[in-house]
Amino acid sequence: MKEKLRAIRENALKQIENSDALEKLNEVRVNFLGKKGELTSVLKSMKDVAPEDRPMVGQLVNETREAIEKILEETKKKLEAAAREAQLKSEVIDVTLPAKKNNVGHRHPNTIAQEEVERIFIGMGYEVMEGPEVEYDLYNFEKLNIPANHPAKDEQDTFYINKEIVLRTQTSPVQARVMEQGKLPIRMIAPGRVFRADEVDATHSPSFHQIEGLVIDKNVTFADLKGTLEVFVKELFGEATKIKFRPHHFPFTEPSAEVDVSCFKCGGKGCRFCKGEGWIEILGCGMVHPHVLEMCGIDPEEYSGFAFGVGLERIALLKYEIDDMRLLYENDIRFLKQF
Amino acid sequence: MNTSLSWIKAYVPGLDKDAQEYMDAMTLSGSKGEGFVRLDADLENIVIGQIKKIEKHPDADKLQICQIDVGTGELVQIVTGAQNVAEGQKIPVVLDGGRVAGGHDGKKTPGGVKIKKGKLRGVESNGMLCSIEELGSSRDFYPEAPEDGIYIFEDDAVVGESAIHALGLDDAVVEYEITSNRVDCFSVLGIAREAAATFDLEFVPPVIKETGNSEDVNDYIKVKVEDTELCKRYTARVVKNIKIGPSPKWMQRRLSAHGIRPINNIVDITNYVMEEYGQPMHAYDLDTIAKKEIVVKRAAKDEKFTTLDGQERVMDEDVLMICDGEKPVGIAGIMGGENSMITDDVKTMLFEAACFDGTNIRLSSKRVGLRTDASSKFEKGLDPNTAELAMNRACQLIEELGAGEVVGGMVDVYPVKREGNRVAFDPAYINGLLGTNLDEETMLSYFKKIELGYDEATREIIVPSWRQDLVWKADIAEEVARFYGYDNIPTTLPKGEATTGKLPFDKRIMSTARDIAEFCGFSQGYSYSFESPKVFDKLLLPEDSMERNAIVISNPLGEDFSIMRTISLNGMLTSLATNYNRRNKNVRLYELGNIYLPKTLPLTELPDERMQFTLGFYGDGDFFTMKGVVEEFFEKIGLCEKTQYDPKAGKTFLHPGRQANIIYKNTVVGYLGELHPEVADIYGIGEKAYVAVIDMPSILEYATYDRKYEGVAKFPAVTRDISMTVPKEILAGQIETVIAQRGGKILECYELFDIYEGAQIKDGFKSVAYSITFRAKDRTLEESDITAAMKKILNGLEGMGIELRQ
Repeated sequence: MKEKLRAIRENALKQIENSDALEKLNEVRVNFLGKKGELTSVLKSMKDVAPEDRPMVGQLVNETREAIEKILEETKKKLEAAAREAQLKSEVIDVTLPAKKNNVGHRHPNTIAQEEVERIFIGMGYEVMEGPEVEYDLYNFEKLNIPANHPAKDEQDTFYINKEIVLRTQTSPVQARVMEQGKLPIRMIAPGRVFRADEVDATHSPSFHQIEGLVIDKNVTFADLKGTLEVFVKELFGEATKIKFRPHHFPFTEPSAEVDVSCFKCGGKGCRFCKGEGWIEILGCGMVHPHVLEMCGIDPEEYSGFAFGVGLERIALLKYEIDDMRLLYENDIRFLKQF
Repeated sequence: MNTSLSWIKAYVPGLDKDAQEYMDAMTLSGSKGEGFVRLDADLENIVIGQIKKIEKHPDADKLQICQIDVGTGELVQIVTGAQNVAEGQKIPVVLDGGRVAGGHDGKKTPGGVKIKKGKLRGVESNGMLCSIEELGSSRDFYPEAPEDGIYIFEDDAVVGESAIHALGLDDAVVEYEITSNRVDCFSVLGIAREAAATFDLEFVPPVIKETGNSEDVNDYIKVKVEDTELCKRYTARVVKNIKIGPSPKWMQRRLSAHGIRPINNIVDITNYVMEEYGQPMHAYDLDTIAKKEIVVKRAAKDEKFTTLDGQERVMDEDVLMICDGEKPVGIAGIMGGENSMITDDVKTMLFEAACFDGTNIRLSSKRVGLRTDASSKFEKGLDPNTAELAMNRACQLIEELGAGEVVGGMVDVYPVKREGNRVAFDPAYINGLLGTNLDEETMLSYFKKIELGYDEATREIIVPSWRQDLVWKADIAEEVARFYGYDNIPTTLPKGEATTGKLPFDKRIMSTARDIAEFCGFSQGYSYSFESPKVFDKLLLPEDSMERNAIVISNPLGEDFSIMRTISLNGMLTSLATNYNRRNKNVRLYELGNIYLPKTLPLTELPDERMQFTLGFYGDGDFFTMKGVVEEFFEKIGLCEKTQYDPKAGKTFLHPGRQANIIYKNTVVGYLGELHPEVADIYGIGEKAYVAVIDMPSILEYATYDRKYEGVAKFPAVTRDISMTVPKEILAGQIETVIAQRGGKILECYELFDIYEGAQIKDGFKSVAYSITFRAKDRTLEESDITAAMKKILNGLEGMGIELRQ
């Protein structure tokens, strides 16, 4: 019996050793340990063993079984590892083959600029507001201190629907509309489409976009305006950007200023981009004119505020170095894909 | 507005800045410099020489050899081809190594032309004699220069001195952007006053002396102003014994630098004073003035009048005319008449300096179609007090130049004298507005520089009448800011109570629309709000369609931009066509922009501006690709109920069998479809194109970002597949409505997995197969639940003539 078991064991180990695939290994397992396997049949023949020998033989059988199982398991792991290895080897790909893209679309540079400006001002506690594009003359002009026959009305080349209704020439009428609502303090920006009777060329479009800003509160100062716009331009054009305020005139602000930023291409040394000036005009601003405050029902002795207006296309053209405004309205996919 | 820097320096004697420094500082104090042109930019090493000796060139008939004294003690030999030179003459000589601006033909060379010594037909030449054209100017501005030849100086020119200086070319012309509120700065004196204040120097305007003989002007002319609204002041003086001749060089040089051609002493004086004071003047031949009377009144309707340029023009009642005792002699403030203009034979002249209403001049000049130097000054709204100064300055120049005998006295019709404003001086307000901490003395010192007075008793600023822009305390604050320096004002942030930054809901929805469109491969376009009325025909819209009721712009840039769009498709189709023409493949675009729907026409109130989310593409994809984009968007903005599609959308511009209205909660919120092939042809899109338009206000009321977590299913789902034979005219949507309505609470979802029309299916029918999934949240479904639900669904379908296939 002992001999028989040893023979089984040796035979099994030999066959395991000769197995080069998992299937073969499985066959070995079945042949020896399966229901009809050799070792199983030994167990089945226990009844022929003398009762006093049974424990000893039983132990022998178990030992043999454990030994075979152990080797089987080890070999199985080895074979599995080899198989995995082979599989991985066969699955090597050329990672430089082209990507399968979803072809995601692109936002218009104007919108990117607008969202950028919105993000900056929302972060400073401003609310984004809107007003109508077809607007009353009253809001576009009169309430902004531009009375009938004011030369500014000519300068702006207004599109008229009729005497009372115009296509707004600026986003500034939103100022008057928001102030009239009487909810103070105000911190808002108003992006939107505006219209002027300019023929289309590389730097003009009869329809373009502005972003208006307005802050009304007690004790708002010109210094606050300077600080706010400095934060804005540095955020928009980079921390190294310098800012210059020049006196100017707008009917609805006093004092008024135009703002130049240092050329972000040459850093202010002067280059072709800034026409050698080192500075680029970027926006107009000022302290809200006391008469405008009055017309909107706000007491200029108690409240003050500042307003600014910036051209969206101007930002987009400058930021992305687009040299022709017409590109913004052609919607050529080869242009749009670059943003 | 342009001024020559040397003219400014004449009134600000201490000013020793070059053009760049000058312009930069002026810009920062509020007179924005747009740039400057140095007249001598391309001139170098050019002196006054005297020709001592002329000999013929031995080998060239047309050349002469000149020996020239240039003040160095040695004669310089120069060969010239000019024929107008003679010994003893003083001429401009560019020496070896110098530069001239261009050729004798008047063509300028950028950077100038370098002159080097060399040999001309074997004879050494050490420079060049210059014509006025070679010096960068022309006979227009130097009328004394010969027509064809070298410029000849007068005898008193100093040999060896700079010819550039002698000709007044060592000057720069600065261009300013003067804002409309600073009427006073449309003059040399106004700018000079600002320059003096900017550089803290003394301002020295011309001193005007008393002029005139012992006669009385009132014996020569009477003036009646009928419309004192439109003519705020009219001054007149008379000059007799006029001697027409050239004006002196200094005056010609200053006018030339301003781009004004010298004509004769009288014309030059009026132009000179207009530049100096910003006050236009006019001169009439007094002998043509009937009844020796001037009447200022409105023209008659359709009155015809010939201006001094020989053009006949038509007036109306709002045009102010200068008339004599019988007839009009000039359009006030715009242009004088041919019938009264001065000629070389003039003996006695009437000088006019008036102040007309700016707005009226601006509007009249537009209607008459004539904008002149004079009208462009008047339309800004001049200070009537300047008229008198300018008149007396002009008469002073007449006397100084010996151009005639000025008659004593001035006729002055000035019913309401313009006084300067008074504005409260409130240093606390000024500091409060600017965020500064300046003391009173500092502020007052700024005011003094620009001639603002101060009444200590009333604590008021006394504003001179030429500063009509200073009315409010804020205006005074700006004057302080300008001279304190905008750069010196501190930089702070607003301190008040904190506010919450907000993006309104509709803008958030628009942002999601952009995100979804872009995820689906669409790029954003922008198109104009105005378009051509031809768009309606291009879109095959019937004559009576609502879309044709568009708002018309009264002054459009042309018919192609004359109506406000009532439908957003034209911009999209135009953009697709542009891409198609440029051979771009697989183009997907979207736009978010308003349409403008009038509530009434003609417009009496603002129109309904409706944001449209417009999508369009050609290339890969079909109707259902577009439908997918719409549904992705709807899901993302919380439109969780089933969207319906009605094929009877009635859009003329879409394929009749491939279009649908998009319906959410029984409301039409947009449409989509394949572009009608005829419309595609009209636009020039050579492939099938698909569009969708979503009316954003319509979906806004259903849109939400609110979500409630419903749990992840714990109990198993049961799926039943049904295969049906369906009459062809029944739409999948109808079947789905039945499934949705009859599936009960346990219906989880359903999915079309097969649709087939063809051989094995009987005529007029199609085969449709759905997979329907049931699940309960709280239990495992029993077979009986499913059977009951399926039975209800099948009953419903059978009612529509649908047969179940086995």
